[in-house]
This record gives sequence, structure tokens and C-alpha cells, in this order.
Amino acid sequence: MADTSFDIIIIGSGPGGYVTAIRASQLGFKTAIVERDYLGGICLNWGCIPTKALLRSAEIFHYMQHAKDYGLSAEKVGYDAQAVVKRSRAVSKRLNDGVGFLMRKNKVTVIWGEAAIDAPGKVTVKPKGEGPKGALGPGTYQAKHIIIATGARPRVLPGIEPDKKLVWTYFEAMVPDRVPKSLLVIGSGAIGVEFASFFRTLGSDVTIVEVLPQILPVEDAEIAAFARKAFEKQGIKIMTGAKVTKLDKKGDGVTAEIEDGKGQKSSLTVERVISAVGVVGNVENLGLEKLGVKTDRGTIVIDGHCRTNVPGIYAIGDVAGPPMLAHKAEHEGVVCVEAIKGLNPHPMDKLLIPGCTYCQPQIASVGLTEAAAKERKIEVRVGRFPFLGNGKAIALGEDQGLVKVIFDKKTGALLGAHMVGAEVTELIQGYVVAMNLETTEEELMHTIFPHPTLSEMMKEAVLDAYGRVLNI
Amino acid sequence: MPINILMPALSPTMEKGNLAKWLKKEGEKVKPGDVIAEIETDKATMEVEAVDEGVLAKIVVPEGTADVPVNQLIAVLAGEGEDVKAAAAQAGAGAAPKAAPALKPSAPPAQAAPAPAAKPAAPPPPPPAQPIVVPPVAQPAKPATDGHGRVFSSPLARRLAKEAGIDIARIAGSGPHGRVIARDVEAAKGGAALKAPAAAPAGATVPAIAPSMSDQQIRALYEEGSYEVVPHDGMRRTIAQRLTASVQTIPHFYLTVDCAIGKLLTAREEINATAPKDKEGKPAYRLSVNDFVIKALALALQRVPEANVSWTEGGMLKHKHSDIGVAVALPAGLITPIVRNAEAKSLSAISNEVKDLVARARARKLKPLEYQGGTSSVSNLGMYGIKDFTAVINPPQSTILAVGAGEERAVVRDGKIEAAQMMSVTMSCDHRAVDGALGAELIGAFKKLIENPVLMVV
Repeated sequence: MADTSFDIIIIGSGPGGYVTAIRASQLGFKTAIVERDYLGGICLNWGCIPTKALLRSAEIFHYMQHAKDYGLSAEKVGYDAQAVVKRSRAVSKRLNDGVGFLMRKNKVTVIWGEAAIDAPGKVTVKPKGEGPKGALGPGTYQAKHIIIATGARPRVLPGIEPDKKLVWTYFEAMVPDRVPKSLLVIGSGAIGVEFASFFRTLGSDVTIVEVLPQILPVEDAEIAAFARKAFEKQGIKIMTGAKVTKLDKKGDGVTAEIEDGKGQKSSLTVERVISAVGVVGNVENLGLEKLGVKTDRGTIVIDGHCRTNVPGIYAIGDVAGPPMLAHKAEHEGVVCVEAIKGLNPHPMDKLLIPGCTYCQPQIASVGLTEAAAKERKIEVRVGRFPFLGNGKAIALGEDQGLVKVIFDKKTGALLGAHMVGAEVTELIQGYVVAMNLETTEEELMHTIFPHPTLSEMMKEAVLDAYGRVLNI
Repeated sequence: MPINILMPALSPTMEKGNLAKWLKKEGEKVKPGDVIAEIETDKATMEVEAVDEGVLAKIVVPEGTADVPVNQLIAVLAGEGEDVKAAAAQAGAGAAPKAAPALKPSAPPAQAAPAPAAKPAAPPPPPPAQPIVVPPVAQPAKPATDGHGRVFSSPLARRLAKEAGIDIARIAGSGPHGRVIARDVEAAKGGAALKAPAAAPAGATVPAIAPSMSDQQIRALYEEGSYEVVPHDGMRRTIAQRLTASVQTIPHFYLTVDCAIGKLLTAREEINATAPKDKEGKPAYRLSVNDFVIKALALALQRVPEANVSWTEGGMLKHKHSDIGVAVALPAGLITPIVRNAEAKSLSAISNEVKDLVARARARKLKPLEYQGGTSSVSNLGMYGIKDFTAVINPPQSTILAVGAGEERAVVRDGKIEAAQMMSVTMSCDHRAVDGALGAELIGAFKKLIENPVLMVV
């Protein structure tokens, strides 16, 4: 008879859940993790990772199409959509196996099935599919601390419910049997623009419809505008301040009724539609109502140490509210178990969570946008530097992009950084570290950035904010 | 894998200690629970027990070494079946980091639990009821720091503090390892989270307030060879830092009264004469005048509870009990063990407890718990014939009573000069917490009790 009593049980093995489990185990807690579908959750299996694999294929395809720009020749450049998908799935499988290994290595017990919390301290797991070898099965389990890390799922808007054949969510969009000739993407957040970018690169005729006045609504307006121009240059059609009011499915196509901001209606017929209108927390069937766990607009309400209003029950990640990002979930998980351990970790500062979007060109940001800083009545200094002024960018053939930084004029605190262009998702972390350490413009100006790199633009943008820019 | 034995932290604020003595030799077997070394901190000597079993393969830090930083490798233990020589050879090669818990102090201090906020790197915020913190030992001054110990802080925090005119060393850091970050400065500006000045480590604040002469400048005033340099031990440094901090941060004022102690002396004689004796004829107690002073002060604080307080930036701590510190002179310094709940203890209990505390203080065997905290103190120099003096407040206490000699004096009573047994006492008060009238009320209550010891039994 397997031991059914633990210090900590984590429900959900996404990036938040499994990292929490490892940290809990490192801290000496007897830890179990419950999963019903895939170790690694959406991120590894249906989100972050497989989409990066797809986008990599698209990127290489793009370069091959432009081989001539680099003095190279590549003839009969083409792709096999199924092979592209197959590679993406293989990448996910590899990481999925990796999570299994990490659980074993860290002596985290995996429990397979659908979990519900009967009472604080008690988790009942109902059968759901076949678990990996060594996983415990359905049953009743006890734990002093229960951490809900059940993540989120695609939001469904009335009138544009995905049928998974003609109207896709990211699940179907990730495993297409072929590239549709035409595609309507509803929503221009990270998921929407990444798929738009992927399918456009592979030749789809793509239209994005966004209800807000700006694509990439959480990004700095200037960066979003820059990205929009780049997308439009690639041939993506973009309608902002517009909404899809109706979808008519007919044969192998869909006709969408679109209403723009002035109430003007138009219709658009496409082969496929992707609904990327956000995600909602998986708060159902966990027994939360019975326990009296407070929720707000579909996510669980937590304090700075991820505690819910019910002692012994915690929540982290997407299910605990925005921003719904894997790295936010991971950090919350670590804060949560360190707080349980009594280590007194600092609550997470949501302003220090970076965001990355892997469209072409890439977008990366952290902290306040210029508009948000002004809304807070902070006097700002803004610095900008274009990729056009950077030697490495020009050598790479990637001279389109922008780095923008926002400082508090009074204190010199770096409030936010926003970038669009090649490889910016790998650059942003420099600013994140700087902000986390509370550097001011002075330390950034005293920091030596290696030449020739794209990162030099990060320093130039800082210099520009203080009227000292060099290479433009 | 050989186990590295590291210098243990015997209290949350301990940064360094002296390795007083090795009780095991190289090559000797060690069992969990064996006392293997004695570590001397500024206020106490603590025995250290082994946690793991094995053979002491190598002593890295010889006994008698002073100022060994916490977590420095001090010895290597070869585990069961391990080659002792090989283990010894590995010493310092960075063997198992898991060795940290290989040692535990046999007398765990009161707050041995990790107190993340009180890491040594930055000024520790005041742990409640812990007056004698071991302040960070002055770090070797870097040329750029003009004598300041380095205060770990973020660049933004430094800039904000400078703009707000707050000395960053006085701000309690809440960042990793006590680093001062922007929000700490914001909190300090708001007043609420400003570190109680009492706990401001003298090392950091003293030079800021009163830049003193450098060692070199002082030595230059005396002829070479006309003096001998005696290195400070931890206790001397602590006394210097804490009392400097006390005088520089606490606005002291002093109240003196003369107490007629004729009745007290009579009562004392009577009580001592009737003390039950054991088989060897040893009395169960022998009260001193000081025992009466402790009891009277404890009761006075209960009668004037507004004066039984500690100042903190966040608010006044109103203490419920009278925990009375008793200054004990040691050959190399001074320590103030505490008689807890003295208001509720009988004179004989106080007397015996003080004797025990004094004996252990002289043997440097007090645990931090026994000398930290307290709500007031008594310093008695009467036995040295001192008539009257003022004492320095022992933060975070708000008062201290300096007791002079009991002596026969000529006093005027009803227009006549007569002889009376008198004792002068002076109370030092922290004006932030105790105003003049309140202090007068407290010392008045004390005077009434000490002059009429029969009231102490009520």
C-alpha cells in the first residue's frame, strides 16, 4: 500500500506545478503532484514550447526564402506541414519525458487522475486516462498544504465558439494537417500574433481582428505600432477596434461578420479561424465552492504568498490570475513553498515579470509602458534606440527594430523596457536583472556591454534617455 | 564524502567568534552529541556538539584563533569507512556543502531559528527583546568608505535615501541578506519601518554621527613604546559599540533622589537572621541591599506602567513584566543578565537567581537569552564607595538605576540634624519614551518602596 500522506500536494504539473514540486522537495517537504493529462502541462505540451518549435521552422523557412540577401542560393524551398508539426510534437515529447525524470530525481510522487479537494488537507483523485509508469492512481490523499496549479484554458466567446475543425483554439492550430490558404485570427495577444506570424510565413493569407484600438494590447503603444507596421509589410491584414460578431461555417470555410469601431459591418470568408481571445482559469470541479475558496472573474484570489482565504489551500500560476505566464507561475510556486517553509520570501512584484512574444519581429518587455507610467503621474525620461544604428543588427540583416526604456525622471529608477526586433526575447533579461536590483541610469551607463552585440542597443537606449546617445 | 565542519552561528546576529578550545584531537572518534569545541562569542562561551559520526580528520582552525567568520571551514570529519588522510587532504578543497549542519551549539540561543532579516551583511533590524545584539563587527575599512562598514543597498535605495536625507545605515533592509531596497527607504520616509535607533549597529552609525580620530592619529599623540596595544575582545567591542550607540541615539536625562534605608537595613538583618539553614549550617538565602533594589524597581515599574516601556519607531512597547537587568562587572568587561518577572518573585528567589546569574556570567556561561531583553536595569557601584553616579541606558530599555553606597549621613529632620542611613540613586531615562514627570513618578515610587520595604510584601 503506497503512502497517501504528504506535506504538500500540488494539483497540476504545468511549469508552475512541477517547479513548485521540485522546490518543495528541495526544502525537505514530502511532495506529490497530481496530473490528469500531460506532465509539463499546457506550456510544454500545447503552449510555449511546441509553438516555439513551429516558429523556428517558420523562421528558417523565411531565411531560406531570403537566402539571396546573404549571398546564398536555395532553390525549390518548401515545407512539409506534417513534418513541421511532427518536429514540434517531438520537442514536446522530449520535454514531457524530462519532467517525469525531474519528478523521479527529486522524489516527487506523481499521482494520475482528476483531483478535487474534499476538505482542507484532503485530496480525492478520480480516474482519468493512463498515467506514466510509477505514478500512483486514483484514491484519497492527505496533505497539510494543497497548492492549486491547474492553469487555464482558451476563453470561449459566444458566437465564435471553436468547433475544433474550422474554428480552432491553440490546440488545433498547433497540429494542422495542412497550412490553410486563408486564416482569420481573432485576438492579437501573444497567442494570436504568434500563430498569425507562423501561418503568414508559411504562406497563409492572414487577417487579425482585435477589439481594442491597439494590437498586442499589453505592450507599449509605440512598440505595438512598430510591430503592426512590420506585420502589415509582411502582408498580414490587421483590423483594430473591430470585433467578430458572427461566424458562418459552410463546407470547408467560414464567413465571419466583422463590425468595426464605427458600427460598419463587413464580411470575410476564410478557410480557418483561430480564436485567441485569451484564457480563463481552470477553477471548476476542484471543490472550491464547497470549501468557500474565494474566486474573482474566474481566477482564485490569493495574497502575496499565494495563500487563498482558506488555510492550507494555496494557488499559483494562471489559475491565480494574470499575467498568465509560465515564468510567473514558476516564481509564485517558489514563493508559495518558501513561505510555507517559513523563509519569508518577498511577495512577487508583478511589475518585474517580463513578457515575450515570438512573432516575427519578436516583442519583449518588462515593467511599465510609457502610458502606464504617465497614468501613475510619474514624470518620465524616455530613451529609444533603433536597430538601424547597431552594427550587429545590420550584419545579421535584421535592421528593423526598436529598444525603448522608461526612467523615473526624479529618481532614475528604470520603470520599464520595451523592445521589438530580432532576438529581443533573449535580450530583455538584462533589463529584468537591472530592475530587480533596482539600478538607476547611472549603473546601467557604467555597465560595459560587449561589442558587437545587439545588447549594445540596450545601453544606447539608456544613454538616449539622458541625452548621451552615441551611435545615431 | 568527508564532512566539512563550519563555524556555527550561535545567535542570529553572530558574525564571528573565537575558537576557544578543541575538545577532540585530530584522529579522535566523534559521536553525535560529543562536545568537540568551545566557541567564544563576545558575551558567552558555548559548547559545540557534533551532529554526525566520524573521525576528526583535520583541524583547520587551531584553538585560540580569534574572529573566525561564521561558516568558515574549521575542521573536517571523515565519515564512517572513509580514509581519514584523504579526508584531511580534502580540507578546504570545498568538500560537501551539506556539512553546514554538522555542528550545533549545545546551548542553542534563544533565536537560533533562521531570521532572514537579521543576516549579517547589513544592519540587522531589531529583533524584539534582544538588546545585546552582537553588532556586525567593524569591517576592515575600505579606502572608499571612510570608516563606514558597507551597507548593502540597491543603487535606487541609496539615491532615494540621500534625497530624503536619511542615513541608509539606519534603515532596516528587507532585501536578500538584509539588503536595503527602495521600498525600505519609502517605508522609512513614512516613519513606520525606520529601524529603532537603539539597535542601529554602532559600527555603521557612530562614525556617521561623530567622526572620531583614526587609530593612527591617536597613537601619534603618544610616544612610541610608551604604551602597549592590547587587542579588543568581542565583549570590549560590543560594550564600545552599544554604549556609544546608546549615548548618541538616546536622549538621556537624569533624576537623583536620596533614600533613607534605615528600615531596609533592619529588615534585611532580620530576614537574613531567620533564614532557614541546611545541615551544614548554610542559610537558604542571604539578601543583599541590591536584591531589595531590584525588587523595589520591579514593583515601581508595575505601579508606574507608563515608564515600563521601550521606544520603537513603530510604537511604544508597553511591557507587562518587570525584567530587571543587573550589571555585573567582569574582569574583561561587563554584562547585564536579566531577572525576569522580578515583580512576581520573592526577595529570596531574586537573591538566589542573581547569585546564579553572576556566577555564570563570570564563567562566561550565560546564554544570549539570559542577557537579552529586559525592561530596566540596576547598576550598583555602592560597594566601591561611589556616592552617586549616572549610568548609560541599555537599549531597548528606557531606564537604568544607578545605585550609590549606603552610608550614614547627617540629615535634617524637623529642623534637627540627625544621623541616618542614606543611599543616593540616579535614574537615567530615555526621553523619547519617558518624560521628566513620568521619570520622577517612577523614581518616587521606587523611593517609597525602598524606604518602606514592608510595602514590598503587599
